[in-house]
Amino acid sequence: MKAFAEKKVLLSNVGAIDPERIEDYLDRGGYEGLRAALKRSPAEVVGEIKESRLRGRGGAGFPTGLKWELVLKSRAKTRYVVCNADEGEPGTFKDRVLMEGDPHRLIEGMTICGYAVGAKRGFIYVRGEYALSIRRLERAISQARQRGLLGRKILGSDFSFDLEVRAGAGAYVCGEETALLESLEGKRGWPRIRPPFPVDYGFRGKPTVVNNVETLANVPEIMCRGAAWYRTLGTGDSPGTKLYPLSGALNRPRLVEAEMGVPLRTLIYDFGGGLPGGRELKGVLVGGAAGAFLAPEELDVPMDFKSLWEIGAGLGSGAVLVFDETACVIDVLWSVLSFFAHEACGQCTPCRVGTVILLSLLEKVQNGSGDPAVLEKMLKVTHLMKVASLCPLGQSVRLPVETALEKFRREFESHLKEGPCPQCKATTEVHA
Amino acid sequence: MREGRILLARRVNRQEIVRKFPRREDQLLPLLHALQRANPQNYLTPDDLRAAAEHLRLPLAAVYDAVTFYSMFSLFPRGRHIIRVCRSPTCHLLGAIPLIEALERELGIRIGETTPDGFFTLEAVSCLGLCDRAPALMIDGESFGPLAPKDVRELLTQYREVKR
Ligand SMILES: Cc1cc2nc3c(=O)[nH]c(=O)nc-3n(C[C@H](O)[C@H](O)[C@H](O)COP(=O)(O)O)c2cc1C
Ligand code: SF4
Ligand code: FES
Repeated sequence: MKAFAEKKVLLSNVGAIDPERIEDYLDRGGYEGLRAALKRSPAEVVGEIKESRLRGRGGAGFPTGLKWELVLKSRAKTRYVVCNADEGEPGTFKDRVLMEGDPHRLIEGMTICGYAVGAKRGFIYVRGEYALSIRRLERAISQARQRGLLGRKILGSDFSFDLEVRAGAGAYVCGEETALLESLEGKRGWPRIRPPFPVDYGFRGKPTVVNNVETLANVPEIMCRGAAWYRTLGTGDSPGTKLYPLSGALNRPRLVEAEMGVPLRTLIYDFGGGLPGGRELKGVLVGGAAGAFLAPEELDVPMDFKSLWEIGAGLGSGAVLVFDETACVIDVLWSVLSFFAHEACGQCTPCRVGTVILLSLLEKVQNGSGDPAVLEKMLKVTHLMKVASLCPLGQSVRLPVETALEKFRREFESHLKEGPCPQCKATTEVHA
Repeated sequence: MREGRILLARRVNRQEIVRKFPRREDQLLPLLHALQRANPQNYLTPDDLRAAAEHLRLPLAAVYDAVTFYSMFSLFPRGRHIIRVCRSPTCHLLGAIPLIEALERELGIRIGETTPDGFFTLEAVSCLGLCDRAPALMIDGESFGPLAPKDVRELLTQYREVKR
């Protein structure tokens, strides 16, 4: 089996340069990817990204080159590039580290994207709480402008492009791409019914590429070193490296970068330093709150899109949340469900009401006041939400609920019989 | 009184702020952020909403609709500094509840309330992207974590001294 070490591509500058100085970025080969791109035609740039088989890092793993091609081929004159920097998935802090530590990498990636798809303007929609990211990006943008790397006739070419940072205002659902576009237009962040997708009908109805921060940060490197090099990293289906935010019961919770396909076990025991105090691992929530619970028997799963789909989970944001034997699965799920109940935007009934019903059913499990049919009821509600919710937020709540019930069934049943464990007690008392 | 003078000095003319923004709908969020930031009590007044609606040529209802959707905007006075404490899964797992209880105890207020001196408002929020430092919180734009309940008193005292 392939041995995995940390591999810094996207993080190569983070911590090594002063993110407030463009000179530092330039000294390390910054903006060479943009130079290389401008020497080629937009179609060639899109072709290179397609060949790299880069998949979107925002959660769904959509092929980035294909997305760009759809916008490039559109007949509309005005097009936009939007960077999704609304990072709000619980357990996820990768985009923040990139924006705070190496803001020019994102700006360069977006500018290449703008050239490739024929956009003149781009927006970086950063969640409002990320004050430092916003400051660093704004500073970096103005430095790039001063050096002719943004603005009119970039690097003496015929290509003009400019960027603007927009701050969100506290709503997880705005990370969903169509809600983000609504918010960017000055409205409440209610997801749109799709199709049409943003590549056809995006910001102000114009074709728009919406990409995650990490996705765009891959682009300069691909332009410099080529798609063939990129494909030597990671797996055939999911090339490249991935940022994995590690949190929870770990000796060294932190952000690590490794090739796609690194086993979950390596992330936890090698990169995360294992569990503190020699405790036993009980389970892992992979991919954020909208992710799947995995049991200790599943730790050898390769952490890439395809391998996780094959076991009924998903890579999502790449977040790894570890909990040990002292944690209660029902309590962790309670926290996941109260997150969804709080963040459901309220536009559609299955999700607005479903999240609240799920939470109240789970509270019955927790305090032992439910009958065994409660668990089946929970599954009925998640099924209904899966088929009838308007956006992926409501549709994906089934994943944590179903995987928790499947893999930790005994713990649910013992709560039903015996009532709350000590952790549940703390939770229910505070929130009664 | 020194305090009073500082507050007065910070109260920038509303129209001056509004005029800096192009008259386009998509300027609504940036404009609301700017208006709220200029208010030492950290909220949007009815006059703010009216000024935004007028300038962007939006119905007042559209402005209200947006404002009430986003958790960072408030229609009621808040403290000068906002403590946002995370209660999402990683922080929950590593002790968000005892941390929140300690904050409530030290500040003498509950989640959602403001200290009587108008200095702090305490809010419970979803994941702040500080999960490697859980349990974590932010005060305005500054991050803190990991925090044990026993760290709370010192954190608040120091913050008060620095920002007084
Ligand atoms: C509720 C919800 C929240 C999301 N939050 C984010 C987010 O914070 N950042 C992100 O890049 N994508 C997020 N997404 C995914 C986006 O809708 C979209 O797929 C992504 O921005 C596309 O970029 P990519 O192709 O580069 O992955 C979210 C999706 C949903 C349904
Ligand atoms: S599924 Fe949930 S988040 Fe999505 S539109 Fe419906 S209520 Fe809003
Ligand atoms: S879960 Fe608390 S900061 Fe992410």
